[in-house]
Amino acid sequence: MTMLSLSSSPHHHNRRDIGQVMRLVCYATIPGILANVWFFGFGILIQVVLAIITALVTEGVIMELRKKKTERVLKDYSAVLAALLLAISIPPLAPWWVIVIGTFFSIAVVKQLYGGLGYNMFNPAMAGYVMLLISFPMQMTSWLPPLSIAEQSHSLWDAIHTIFTGFTSTGFSVEQLKVGIDGTTMATPLDGVKTALLQGYTVTEAKSHIMFDGNYGKGWLWVAMAYLLGGLFLIKTKVINWHIPGSMLASATLLSLFLFLLDGDQYASPLFHLFNGSLIIGAFFIATDPVSASTTNKGRLIFGAAIGLWVIIIRIWGGYPDAIAFAVLIMNMAVPLIDYYTQPRTYGHKTKASKDS
Amino acid sequence: MFTNYDEIIERISLNQLWDFPGGVNPPQQKTLSNQSSIEYLQVEKTYYVPVKQHIGIEGKLLVSEGDKVLKGQAITTSEAPFSVPVHAPTSGTVTKITDHVSAHPSGIPELSVIIDADDQDTWFELDPVPDYAKTSKSELIERICDAGISGMGGAGFPTHIKTNNSKPLEFLIINGIECEPYISSDDRLMREHAWQIRQGIDILVHILQPKQVIVAVEDNKPEALETMSIACQQKTNYQVVSVPTKYPAGGEKQLIQVLTSREVPSNGLPIDVGCIMYNVATCYAIADAIVEGKPLIERVVTLTGEGFKSPKNVWARLGTPIQSLLTYGDYDKSQQSSPRFIMGGPMMGFTVTSMLTPIVKISNCILVPADDELPHPEDERACIRCSACSDVCPASLLPQQLFWYSKAKELEKAEEYNLFDCIECGACAYVCPSEIPLVHYYRQAKADIRNQKEEKEKSDKAKIRFEDRKARLLKEKEQREEKHRLAAEARKASLSKDGGGAKDKIAAALARAKAKKEALAMQAPNASKITNSPESEKTKAVSLSEVSTQVAASQKTQGASPAKDGPEDDTAAAKKRLVAAVLAKAKAKKMAANKANKETKDL
Repeated sequence: MTMLSLSSSPHHHNRRDIGQVMRLVCYATIPGILANVWFFGFGILIQVVLAIITALVTEGVIMELRKKKTERVLKDYSAVLAALLLAISIPPLAPWWVIVIGTFFSIAVVKQLYGGLGYNMFNPAMAGYVMLLISFPMQMTSWLPPLSIAEQSHSLWDAIHTIFTGFTSTGFSVEQLKVGIDGTTMATPLDGVKTALLQGYTVTEAKSHIMFDGNYGKGWLWVAMAYLLGGLFLIKTKVINWHIPGSMLASATLLSLFLFLLDGDQYASPLFHLFNGSLIIGAFFIATDPVSASTTNKGRLIFGAAIGLWVIIIRIWGGYPDAIAFAVLIMNMAVPLIDYYTQPRTYGHKTKASKDS
Repeated sequence: MFTNYDEIIERISLNQLWDFPGGVNPPQQKTLSNQSSIEYLQVEKTYYVPVKQHIGIEGKLLVSEGDKVLKGQAITTSEAPFSVPVHAPTSGTVTKITDHVSAHPSGIPELSVIIDADDQDTWFELDPVPDYAKTSKSELIERICDAGISGMGGAGFPTHIKTNNSKPLEFLIINGIECEPYISSDDRLMREHAWQIRQGIDILVHILQPKQVIVAVEDNKPEALETMSIACQQKTNYQVVSVPTKYPAGGEKQLIQVLTSREVPSNGLPIDVGCIMYNVATCYAIADAIVEGKPLIERVVTLTGEGFKSPKNVWARLGTPIQSLLTYGDYDKSQQSSPRFIMGGPMMGFTVTSMLTPIVKISNCILVPADDELPHPEDERACIRCSACSDVCPASLLPQQLFWYSKAKELEKAEEYNLFDCIECGACAYVCPSEIPLVHYYRQAKADIRNQKEEKEKSDKAKIRFEDRKARLLKEKEQREEKHRLAAEARKASLSKDGGGAKDKIAAALARAKAKKEALAMQAPNASKITNSPESEKTKAVSLSEVSTQVAASQKTQGASPAKDGPEDDTAAAKKRLVAAVLAKAKAKKMAANKANKETKDL
């Protein structure tokens, strides 16, 4: 008699595997990356390429060392995604070794030393980012002004040249590229406002600077909008649930609105906070990393909301202009606790509260 | 506490149903098999009828090898409340009663009656009920049991037990959802036999007296909805409801939630929330049993999947081996790299282990998928905690947590996360991007927990037995000691009563003993040391051991030099010495015992 092949139910599968999920997230970053190229030059593309190569090599070597199926693991695209997210988070013209070290750290230490995909407690991209920020503060804060208001423009070749040598092909340094057409050194809007407030100016005064375009930083608004578009695509394709981005943006908006209404001179408006820095990227792409985020929907609401609060708190009272990475890492640590206390009520069971009473 | 009757009735009449959490929408694939009428099959040569085809206990065999049976004749009888009989699917001869591969994922052989058909297909004498409305409920329930009916929707719960209900019943729910993809047996049955299903419902209504009957059909079966509506239109308290298509809407708990918003308590039954549910095929079988007097010997089975050239629905007798059905559906070998036959649907069915696996009461479908239709599962990857599984879980469980705990064999934790509320619908594994066979892990964990509990019960019982024995022994000892104490007291009392006489008696006894000892000492010089009454226990022991060594030594020397002395002489001497030694030993023992006795008495 012929042997019949046996398998366990269900025999059906919706045929969306990890690789597909990760690739969808990668695709969703494309609008944001394009907008970034449009406003800030080609640097981000070079960083993405460098990061992905580093990630694949690192993950591949570790898989070989751990004697796992290297090709199959690389095909899950999780390393590619982590690298991509780190690359879009750092200044576009940071030296090549910054992204290489950061990606290596993300993959080798934060991800693989904890056991690989699914076992890492912290978000690899953000842990890598914080490591870089603490180790190389100068390189990690050298953000460029939008090309439209920069004194020096730079080509793709310039970007490559700068990332690898520190100077453009025509000999300008990153410092010089940071100079705006008004002759002052440019910072990010978040940085600008923070510095101005420290110097005793009001938010409105700070925003009169050339790098602002009404309420938002020039260029930054459009980049944020492009990432928002990608994020909505992820919700639509059910790669992520709305809970984390929704609660994170809501809590950040509410807290900043409250402070803004309290004292509009001291505290920037919610719109300023929403569309500057990486709050949008953080809400849709970073905090939603499934491995290190909360797993229950109720828990995701708490997780997201807490990150939103931390972002505003650190932006306003902390030492760093932006705070997504810190906020996400802090909340990563709280995930087991949140998950434990937010278990859904199982069918046919009473709620915990009514059980106790 | 839960939604009241009137609100439910109102919402149902407006077709505003509730929803259940989660669920998935896999491709339906129903049209593959539901386009033509149910076909009748020729009589098979051989049927393999398992004696147990339901949840519960098998009945007692009524036939033996070589017996002639008629179609519909009971071959087992229901003795225990949880057993239902099985019947001969055709007339013929019982050729063998033996273990045969079972319609179960394991395929573990089960006792089956193998019947060779005589091709006459002669019915046993049928005994229909002329008018069920004038028949007592208990008789109807008994007939349902005798007809061998158990739930035909999948669980195989004995129908007569469900029907023997004394609690107040609000909703009698007739389940025509058939939410699993591919399967269309209930669909075709409703389209073609709505009237008989209605008769079955009428009988159930007569027995159960519900306030309202709800016939629920998924909205992907418009024809079945229509025929059922027509069949039920004269009855004012029968409502045919169209339920949105979502898997697993046909699960008992889920359907109750959709129709009433009530939840069956975790360890409870639907009747606890005023509901009882029957599958449409069960209703059909009930009508057959009561109105026609026919026992359950056949059911509709869907033959589907791209592995069949002509997928269809057939009336298959219980006990038909699936290889015959493969022939009827025109199985196309070229579609499969290795043969794979699924009994049931793609979500909850199981792959059969043999071509001779029989159709049983719960077999609603044989699915033969082409390789690219339902690809073989790949190796699982790591869980990325994406929670796609919890999003689709209809029971609102946390499948990924259950998975961690099941895999790590942390069974207590798994139970704490309500593992046993999992209905194994497979929605979680269907969406898992890591392709983890989650349900498989849960089944394993459930089995492990059940085994552990059984073991524990066993060891608990053993422990109780042991403790009982210990207590009993202790009690006996106490009783014994009490008896001794009383006896001793009595003796003491008698001693003090006539003191002199008793003392004399003791003295006399002692003197007698001494005389005896001396006499013995003369006889057994070897044991003299002992008879010279050593006082302490220690010396006694030493002397005893000396005795034995001496005896042993003498035996040795004698054994070593048998040639020198005459053998007879030798043995005689040895015997003498041995007797002496033994006597000495006995003496010593007696003394020791006496002494001990004295000591206890003194105490």
